[in-house]
Amino acid sequence: MNIFHRKTGLAICFAVLLGVSAFAQNATPAPGAFPPPRQNYKIQTPTNLSDYFTEATKGVVSPDEKGFIRRWMILEPIDKPNRTNTVFTDSYLRQAFDTLYFKNQFTILPKDGEKVKVGKQKLAWHALDSKLYNVKLYRFAAGLKKQVYGLLFWAVTVIECEEDIENVRFSAGSNSASMWWLNGEEVLLLSGDRRMVVDDGQSHRLTLKKGRNILRGAVINGPGMSDFCVRFVDEDGKPVKNFTISYQ
Amino acid sequence: MSMTMKTKTILLGTIALMSALTFEKASAQIGTPYIHDPSNIMECDGKYYTFGTGGGGLISEDGWTWNGGAVRPGGGAAPDALKIGDRYLIAYSATGGGLGGGHAGKVLTMWNKTLDPNSPDFAYTEPIEVASSLDDEDCDAIDAGLLLGPDGRLWCTYGTYFGFIRMVELDPKTGKRVEGNEAINIAIDCEATTLMYRDGWYYLLGTHGTCCDGPNSTYNIVVGRSRNVTGPYLDNVGRSMLEGGGKMVIAAENRKTGPGHFGRYIVEEGVEKMSFHYEADFDQGGRSVLAIRPIVWKNGWPVAGEAFKDGTYEIESERRGYALELAVDFVRMESVRRRGGDPNDPPLPPVKSQTLNDVISTWPQGDINVRIGDYMFRPHQKWTITAVPEAGGYLGGPYYKILIEGTNRALAATADAEVIAVPTFTGAPEQLWRIDQLTDGTYRIMPKKVPGSDKELVLISAGDSTPSLGKFDMNSDNSKWNFRNP
Repeated sequence: MNIFHRKTGLAICFAVLLGVSAFAQNATPAPGAFPPPRQNYKIQTPTNLSDYFTEATKGVVSPDEKGFIRRWMILEPIDKPNRTNTVFTDSYLRQAFDTLYFKNQFTILPKDGEKVKVGKQKLAWHALDSKLYNVKLYRFAAGLKKQVYGLLFWAVTVIECEEDIENVRFSAGSNSASMWWLNGEEVLLLSGDRRMVVDDGQSHRLTLKKGRNILRGAVINGPGMSDFCVRFVDEDGKPVKNFTISYQ
Repeated sequence: MSMTMKTKTILLGTIALMSALTFEKASAQIGTPYIHDPSNIMECDGKYYTFGTGGGGLISEDGWTWNGGAVRPGGGAAPDALKIGDRYLIAYSATGGGLGGGHAGKVLTMWNKTLDPNSPDFAYTEPIEVASSLDDEDCDAIDAGLLLGPDGRLWCTYGTYFGFIRMVELDPKTGKRVEGNEAINIAIDCEATTLMYRDGWYYLLGTHGTCCDGPNSTYNIVVGRSRNVTGPYLDNVGRSMLEGGGKMVIAAENRKTGPGHFGRYIVEEGVEKMSFHYEADFDQGGRSVLAIRPIVWKNGWPVAGEAFKDGTYEIESERRGYALELAVDFVRMESVRRRGGDPNDPPLPPVKSQTLNDVISTWPQGDINVRIGDYMFRPHQKWTITAVPEAGGYLGGPYYKILIEGTNRALAATADAEVIAVPTFTGAPEQLWRIDQLTDGTYRIMPKKVPGSDKELVLISAGDSTPSLGKFDMNSDNSKWNFRNP
């Protein structure tokens, strides 16, 4: 599938119309209460996926200069309504991330365009390279004209090493909370109403093994921006870059 | 010093016979750390040594518990010690009269290959006179202090309140006075001087005030600095130490009077200690005791760092400013937003803080991971830090346990060089922590033992939100923490 059509003019008109509609929904919260749910807000700024991502290519890429992993297979967002990000306690997240949303959720290595069924949703995987060091999930959803709040994102990538790389740490920042697994093992939970910060949380020391390593992540967000940035760092906090990244 | 040698000897002999007090009241060294005019602390074959007035001195195996046993012949007053190559140079003065006595003094030096009196290599060389004063000249040649400068030149300062503090140059190979060297006047109104060097500055430390008057001693340590080893040494307001200038390093505090006889010990980059005596430690019967404190460098000036106090603290990462905490669910408080309102409304009652009882039932029973997060003065972020006197110590302090306030849940190092909170403090070495204030005023927190490892690691911020253990690096804020009122 090609999701990179530029229909800027049409999108602007569409967004202006929807923006008026969205503005009208912006009811003032009652004193002392949370603001009303925002997940039904429509996009007010036209987003083109191509502003933030490039299409999948075959072959492999390297981490960027600072070691960030930009190549990801990302699933279209799963509905997960939350009116606030303050609910993202460890317990809530463990329950949310342990829930099975689609078949082979913790083992799947999907192909570009492959679809999975989540409740009534049929969602496709997209093979993307981020143009930025971070992966802007909000823009991913917006570019696909999906809703942008109250979501759960799944992402997976494959890291190939020529030899074991020992004593490295998986290092991530995410907006909002996230959980990450390397080769099926949980390596990091970032809980709370969290903003994306480089090297916010890190795993214990681990080994990237020779051959393929499958890195999987889930990011949850209520209202607001959603994105993540991921790399591996060594004992001194310096980026690890001697591996390649692919979709398979 | 203004007390006669004889009196000093009697004083030391008396106090050495008296027993140690319990730790609870003593934040100075423990054991029988009774000494007057201590030298620089020396490390030799894994033990620490310091020498005092009257002969002899103290030995410590860990730097925290000190007892008599060091051996220095020659008697006399106020020695200093310095390791040069693989030998130890000891300087001391063979006389000294005090205010009411004569002022004919001699400074002597001698060498030893070891400071361990039980070693077969333990043998002092014959003392060599390197400086002297006549009975009535403007100097009293006692209280020697030694510095091996960054250029390899060896300097010795000496003198008391009676006239000038003087400096001579010694040969670092022989310990003798450099031939033809003339003594230089560098200060007045001091005694117990010594030098140190840091970042292009030479620092002259001296002791002002009244010596040897127990709880009434006003002894205090001051400093001036110069770009040249020979001075002039100016204080922080530009006054020469030849005019009596000096900026305070440490004075009396916390039931201890009369700090004097500064010595510097560099543990490693960023970790420095100062040794001195208190004329009277009220909690040790008013005895004169050895004390060790961190050196903090503030705007290029040395000041005494804090003697860590037991208490409940936020442990703040210097990296981000977040706080060390249990990785447990954040329990929200009742959210009543009170914005604005009519100013004529009656005042609202204070909001109660969240308590341990409010949240502890939500915490797991077993081990709990530790992370770093926004400080919100919540129970999972408050750590009660208490000395564990029976666990020994290190240079300048005892080991501590670090527990969540109101619980026995303890911060612990793990075999994979990470940190967790175990449900019960057992006293195991991985649950004991060394706390050193660093030269910039922040702190280093270090487990006594990493299980299964001989590596010396410290608590670090691996990420903003992730604590771990790693190598200490003074040039990285990842290695540094602050203890803040909770």
